[in-house]
Amino acid sequence: MTHVAIAGAGPAGLAAANAALRAGAEVTLLDSANGLGGQYWRHLPPSRPAAHEALLHHGWGDFTALSRAVTSHPRAAVVTSAQLWAVEPCSTADRGPSDHAPTLQYAVGDADGNERQMRSLSPDALVLATGAHDLTLPFPGWDLPGVFTGGAAQALAKAERVAVGERVVVAGAGPFLLPVAAALTATGARVLGVFEASRAGALARGWAGGTASVAAMPYKLGELAGYAGGQLRHRIPYRIGTGVIAAHGTERVEAVTVAALDADWAPIPGTERTIACDAVAVSHGFTPRLELAVAAGAELADSGPLSRFVRVDLDQRTSVPSVYAAGEVTGIGGADAALREGALAGWIAGGGDPGDRRAASARRQIARYRGFARALEAAHGIRPGWTAWLRPETTVCRCEETSYGRLCGTLDATGARSLRALKLTTRAGLGPCQGRICGRTVEAIAAARIGPALDGAVPDRRPIAAPIRFAELARLPRPDSPDSPAHADHPDSPDRPEERHEP
Amino acid sequence: MSARMLPPEHDPITPATPVAVTIIVDGTPVSGVAGQSVAGVLLAAGRLAWRTTAAGRRPRGVFCGIGVCFDCLVTVNGVRDVRACQRTAHDGDAVGFQDEELPEIGA
Amino acid sequence: MHSDAIVIGAGAVGAACARALAGAGLTVTVLDAAGAAAGTSGQGEGNLLVSDKLPGPELSLAQHSLTLWDGLQAELDAELPAALPPVEYERKGGLVVATTEAGAQPLLDFAAQQRAAGIDARAVGIAAALELEPDVNPAITAAVHYPEDAQVQPVIATEALLASARARGARVVLGARVTGALRAASDHAGRTGRLTGVRTTRGDFSADNVIVAAGPWSGDVAAALGASLPVRPRRGVVLVTTRMPHRIFHKVYDADYVGAVESDAAALQTSSVIESTAGGTVLVGSSRQQRGFDAALDLAAVREIAAKATRVFPFLAEAAVMRVYGGFRPFMPDHLPVIGPDACITGLWHATGHEGAGIGLALGTAELLRDLITGATPVLDPVPFSPSRATLEAAA
Repeated sequence: MTHVAIAGAGPAGLAAANAALRAGAEVTLLDSANGLGGQYWRHLPPSRPAAHEALLHHGWGDFTALSRAVTSHPRAAVVTSAQLWAVEPCSTADRGPSDHAPTLQYAVGDADGNERQMRSLSPDALVLATGAHDLTLPFPGWDLPGVFTGGAAQALAKAERVAVGERVVVAGAGPFLLPVAAALTATGARVLGVFEASRAGALARGWAGGTASVAAMPYKLGELAGYAGGQLRHRIPYRIGTGVIAAHGTERVEAVTVAALDADWAPIPGTERTIACDAVAVSHGFTPRLELAVAAGAELADSGPLSRFVRVDLDQRTSVPSVYAAGEVTGIGGADAALREGALAGWIAGGGDPGDRRAASARRQIARYRGFARALEAAHGIRPGWTAWLRPETTVCRCEETSYGRLCGTLDATGARSLRALKLTTRAGLGPCQGRICGRTVEAIAAARIGPALDGAVPDRRPIAAPIRFAELARLPRPDSPDSPAHADHPDSPDRPEERHEP
Repeated sequence: MSARMLPPEHDPITPATPVAVTIIVDGTPVSGVAGQSVAGVLLAAGRLAWRTTAAGRRPRGVFCGIGVCFDCLVTVNGVRDVRACQRTAHDGDAVGFQDEELPEIGA
Repeated sequence: MHSDAIVIGAGAVGAACARALAGAGLTVTVLDAAGAAAGTSGQGEGNLLVSDKLPGPELSLAQHSLTLWDGLQAELDAELPAALPPVEYERKGGLVVATTEAGAQPLLDFAAQQRAAGIDARAVGIAAALELEPDVNPAITAAVHYPEDAQVQPVIATEALLASARARGARVVLGARVTGALRAASDHAGRTGRLTGVRTTRGDFSADNVIVAAGPWSGDVAAALGASLPVRPRRGVVLVTTRMPHRIFHKVYDADYVGAVESDAAALQTSSVIESTAGGTVLVGSSRQQRGFDAALDLAAVREIAAKATRVFPFLAEAAVMRVYGGFRPFMPDHLPVIGPDACITGLWHATGHEGAGIGLALGTAELLRDLITGATPVLDPVPFSPSRATLEAAA
C-alpha cells in the first residue's frame, strides 16, 4: 500500500489527505500547530470550542467535513505539534530506488521545547502543502511594538480572540486585507481604515484582464463581496492607491503616516497625513514557505525575488520523483485553489487513477484558478517604487537590525553579486528568522541596485527548516539502528501517533 | 490603548466557558485562558513588548504571529528561544525575557 | 583589454592575490564564475590557526600569514570607504582539549613539537583551562592554549581584500566562467605556445599571467586551460546556533581535529571546533568527507558534530541550531597548497589547494605568488609548494 506523507494541514494538506485516503493510501498528516486548518482556518483550540466558529470563517463546512473524514479514517495518522525540521533527499539517505520520496525529520512536542520526540518518516510519496506567510515590506517604524502583519492580527483574533489593538489601521495590498479587517472587527477592534497600495488602474487592469477567469469563480467573488459588505456595515474607510509609509512612537506605535502612492507605489509628496492608532496590521503579499521543497531538491518556478514558487506539472508533481506540492507554495491563489490542488496532489500521490473524472475536473478548476492568481498578481503585486518610502536608518532585517543605508552602502562598496556574501557582510538574514521576513526584500533591493545574484543562492534555502536543539540532534537515531523510534511512524507500528478528532 | 481579549460573554462565536491558566512572567503570576499561546496571554494582559534587540536595544513583541519572524522569543522554564506565539501556555510555566547583548569582541 | 595578470576566483585567496599583484603595480583582472566569496570562502569559519599544524612549510606559511592578518585592518582602514564593516579580526587564541585518557599524551607531545618550531603552545592544567573557558567540560584530560590562533569573518575579509584590490586598480568581472585557453602559436619545434589569456562566458580576456585560485573548482579550471591539478572537494559542515550570552571565549577544539585534518580518509570524520562570533552566535564544526560536490544535507555529520560539541561544552545541549551550512575544501593529496608556476604551461600559475586553511594562508600565499611572478626574492621558500613537486606527480 502506498504511504503518503503530507506536510501541512491547511486547506491544501487536508484536501490532499482526504484524496489520498480515497485513493486507498495510508496517510500521515503532519502540522506544526496543535490543531488542523492551517492559517486559513485558524480557530479556537479544542479545549475551548466555540458554538458559532463558522462566523469567523469562509468554507468552515469544508473544514469540518475534511478534518472529520481524515481524523476518523483508519488509514490516517494525524500528528499535530509536529515540527518538520529537515528533509533528506533520497540520494543522501541512501535508501535504494531513486523514485522513493525523501525522508522527513520531525520533532513532536511543545513548540521549541527541549524534550520533543525525534521522529523520522520515509514515505512512498510526499505532498508539500506548507502554505505561505505574510510578506510585509519594511517601512520606517515597522519594528515598533504594535506593528503586526495582517496574518498576526488574523491569527490572534481567530485562535485566541485577542484583538491586537483597539484602534487599528490595516494596510498593504491584496484582497487578504479585507478578512484581516473583518477578523479584527469581529474581535471588538475598531478598524480605522483599510489602505490598499494598488491604484484603480492596476486594479482595473488586473481584474478586467482576467475577466473570463474571475467570472468563472462566482464563489471567490462572493467571498470578496461579503468582506466588502462587511466593510460598509462597519463604516470602515477603504482607500486604494494609499499606503502606510511610516509608523511613529518610541516604545510602541502611536500613529502612522499614510500617503497616496503612484502607480509604482512610490509615495506622492504632499499627500501625507497622520492617523493616531494603537496597532497597525500590514501585509503587502505572501511568501511561500519553500524550505522543505528546496531541501527536497524541487525545482522552482522563478520569476524574481518576489515571485518564486515550487514548479509543478498538471498533476501537481514537482521535479523530484514522488514529491508533490499544492496550495500557496505553487502560487498565491487562495484557499479554493489550494483545496483543488491538494485534492489532485493527494489523489495522484496516493496512487489514484489519473484519468479519474474528479481528477480531470480538478485540473480544469486549477487552470481557472491560475488565471485568478495571475489577475491577483497584476492587480495587487508589489511594485518597485516602494523603496522610496525607506530612509537610510530604516531597519530592513528585523533580527540583525540591518538598516537600508547599511545595505545600500555595502552593495555600493562591494558590488556584491553573491546573495550569500551580501548576507554575511551586512548580517541581513543571519538572525533567528533566517531571512524569512527580509530575505526576499533584501534580494529585491540588491537586484534593483546592483543586478541579480550570480551565486545561484535563493533566500528560501534553509536545510534546517526550524531551530532544533543540540540535545535533540544528538538524540537522532543512528542510521544503522532500524528499530529505533525514528522509524516508528508507520501507521502499523505500535507507536502509532495519536489521532486527533476535531472539531 | 492596547491589545485585549474579547470577553467571551460578548463574543458572537460563543466560545465555551474558559478554563484559567496562570503563567509566571518574570516572577509575576499572569492569568490567561487554557489553550492560549504565551504571546496571547502576554498581549491580553496588556504587554505589547518583551524582548530587547541585541544591537539597538529596541523593544519587540509579536510581529508575524505565526511562527516565522522570531521576534517574540522568550524563555520558558529556563529554556531560551521559544516562540511565544507558537508555544501553548501551560499552568505554572515560568516565562522570562531573554537578553541578547552582543559580546564585546576584541576587548 | 589586456592585463598583466588574470586571477581566476574571487575567494579569499584570489582576492588577496589580486590585491598583492595590484599593489606591485601590475594591471589585474579578477574573474569569478559566480560572485565574491560565493564558494569555499563563504562557507567556512574564518580560522587563522597555527595550533593544528606540525612544523613544516605549511606552518611557516601560516605564521607569516598571521603576521600579515595582524596588520590588515589598519591597512584597509586607510584604503577603503567606511561603508565596509571591519573584518572582525580577533586574536582570541585557541584552546585545544583532549576528551579521552588516550588522547591526552599525544596532544601534549604535539604541542612540544610545535614549541620547538617557535609556536606559543602552552600546556595548561585542567584548572587553568577552566579559567580560560569556565563552561568547558571539566572531564577533559589535557589542554593546550595557543594565544596566536585568531579568527576573521571570512566573507567580509574577502570583500574587503577585493575592494582594496579595486582601489589599487584591479578590475573585477563576476559571472564569468572560464571555458578555455587563449594560446600563442606553437613554436618551430612544435612546443605548445604560452598561455595568453582565457575564454569565458563573458568573453575573452588576455593577460601575460593567469592565476588559478578557484579553490576546489581549480581542477576543473586548470583542465579547461589544458593543465592538470589533482585538487579534490572535501565536504565540511558547520552548525550555527541562535544568539546567546557570551560563554565561549576562544577557539575551542577537540585534539582529534588534528588527526582529521591530516587524514586522507574519504569517509565521514567529525571533530569539535567551537567558537563564538561577533554576532553572538556560536559556530560548531567540523566534518570532513569526500563525496564530490554533493551539497545535500548530511544528517549523520550533523548528529555527530552535535553530540561531540555537547561533550566539550555540556551547556550547548539546550542551545538551538538555526542554520547548517556546508562547503567544499580544496583537498590536496599531499596536504600542501600549490603556489607557483604550472609544471607544463608557461604563463599559468596556481594558488590553491589550501584544504581548510585557505583564509588563514591567503595573505602569505598572495605575497609568495607576487614575488614569484614579479621575480622578487620570495618571502618564503617556494619549493615545497611548487606545482611541479614529486608528491603531486605521484598522486596524479
